[in-house]
Amino acid sequence: MKESTALYVNGLSVRFGGFAALTNLTLEIPYGQTRAIIGANGAGKTTLMDVITGKTRPTSGEVFLDRSIDLTGLDEASIARQGIGRKFQRPSVFEHLPVVENLELAVRRGKGFAAMLMSHLTPAQRLRVDEVLETIGLTTERGRLAGILSHGQKQWLEIGMLLAAEPRVLLLDEPVAGMSDEETERTVGLIKRLAAPERAIVVVEHDMDFVSRVADLVTVLHEGQVLGEGTMDVVRHDPRVIQVYLGRE
Amino acid sequence: MPKLNLSARRTEPYAFALLFLAIGAYLPVANLLVPADSTLHLSLFLVNLIGQVVCFSMLALALDFVWGLLGILSLGHGVFFGIGGYAMGFYLLNAAYADTKVLPDFMLFMGWTKFPSILQIFSHLPVAVLLAIVMAVVVASIFGLVTFRSRINGVYFSIITQALTYALMLLLFNNDLGLGGNNGLTGFTSVAGLRLAHASTQVWLACASCVIFAAAYLLLRAIADSSLGRAMVGVRDDEPRLRFLGYRTERIKLAAWCLSAALASIAGILYVPQVGIINPTIVSPMLSVEIAVWVAIGGRGTLIGAVLGAVLVTSLKFWLSASMPSIWPFILAVITLSITVGLKNGLWSIGSMVMANRRSLT
Repeated sequence: MKESTALYVNGLSVRFGGFAALTNLTLEIPYGQTRAIIGANGAGKTTLMDVITGKTRPTSGEVFLDRSIDLTGLDEASIARQGIGRKFQRPSVFEHLPVVENLELAVRRGKGFAAMLMSHLTPAQRLRVDEVLETIGLTTERGRLAGILSHGQKQWLEIGMLLAAEPRVLLLDEPVAGMSDEETERTVGLIKRLAAPERAIVVVEHDMDFVSRVADLVTVLHEGQVLGEGTMDVVRHDPRVIQVYLGRE
Repeated sequence: MPKLNLSARRTEPYAFALLFLAIGAYLPVANLLVPADSTLHLSLFLVNLIGQVVCFSMLALALDFVWGLLGILSLGHGVFFGIGGYAMGFYLLNAAYADTKVLPDFMLFMGWTKFPSILQIFSHLPVAVLLAIVMAVVVASIFGLVTFRSRINGVYFSIITQALTYALMLLLFNNDLGLGGNNGLTGFTSVAGLRLAHASTQVWLACASCVIFAAAYLLLRAIADSSLGRAMVGVRDDEPRLRFLGYRTERIKLAAWCLSAALASIAGILYVPQVGIINPTIVSPMLSVEIAVWVAIGGRGTLIGAVLGAVLVTSLKFWLSASMPSIWPFILAVITLSITVGLKNGLWSIGSMVMANRRSLT
């Protein structure tokens, strides 16, 4: 492991009954990088995210944050508090709460019953909420119920909720699925702005054009194993990748 | 789904609590001070009825707190109501025994010669009240820990709660348990040294119900309006999302669930001395489903709507089940169906529509 490794996945295997979703998968993602994970349906992309965020327990192998924190024994809430934010495939926001209260819930990270009863945010947390509203471009929508936002706005709000918690690792599961071209364009801009030296971003996406614009490096998964890794250009010309994945399109 | 009115500073909650405090203050005046021939006089029957309706309202409040705000539908809140009711019943048996020195009928039938020592634990009112709340919270937390940790949600949760109340009813029907079997506990004579047969005792019980209801409402309102209340709505809207933001959602659910159970138990404590009897029908699945019907008719997620539903339906029930008992179930069915189908969120939808109109006019 290098000094700057954010996420280190070592020899990870996940079996569901007789089905091997991931087999001896090893992956290293440094801080400051935006990594795309691509692969056909069933390649194990979502399972990998599930293991990293604690939703699924691996059959064997380990996942480390920061070279030191073993995530495989922790529950979802603890992993989230360690600084790993996950965006779900379908937009998941609290529809009956206003935009700003969605972010206020996120900025608290679930800490402290008493603090929640008193309803007070620290000045730093307030500032963070305003910053995030600005970043995701929803400042003017802050008082509207999240349920009446457009599909794209909901996706940005969800990314904003992760951002409010100042994540060290950001996992984005198909962030532009179902978006219009214009919305995709804005999301590309947003993700580029999220990239920071102290943050690693992992994007799972099918849209190759989108991947080539946001990702520094691409990892191709196939049947639960790494098939290839490199820049988009390298991966695009890897004959094995072409055969099992790109070639099918 | 329920629509929440979330503006931070509102006067409605306080006005609503004040209304119940005012009713509570009016009851002694109207019954004890106003002469019986005046039109302002309230008969003891009516005062007693109001007291009972307020207890049911508190049950609706407790259920709406977990159903409307947290999204978990309990079809077994009668369990907690029953725990409070039976604990109070034990106290009242002790008090009656102290007054009359005669064992309750069911104990005589069972051939007992002295008052069972286990029930003597309940011989002091504060201890009995405390035990009632503690027992309800213990049962709720054991049940909550098991179900919330195993992530049992939705209709599965509802079915288990329904089974729980049915199981408790069957248990209580059992004569050998020594809790009166299907006849339940009755023959109460006094509460806290006051004769239950005296009109003033009944009036003060109804009055106390109103005051305690108002306090319970304000407590739940304060929680609903806090960030914890927002987190509860978060659990209802998208629990995994909240969990992946770092919230231990099962703890939020457990805390709210136990508080709700405690309130239902308090409602039972207040209810039993006012009706003078407690038997296993109080934990029948029927009552538990009815609580959900009140909340559905009134409107979920607003607390006030649920109380509105409870007041309307139970008042109607008192009136119609006496004057035309055979058709009351049909009337209730028609009301329930037409309101839940016709109005998105019960009667409260009408209220919020009116308010929205008023706001757009000003």
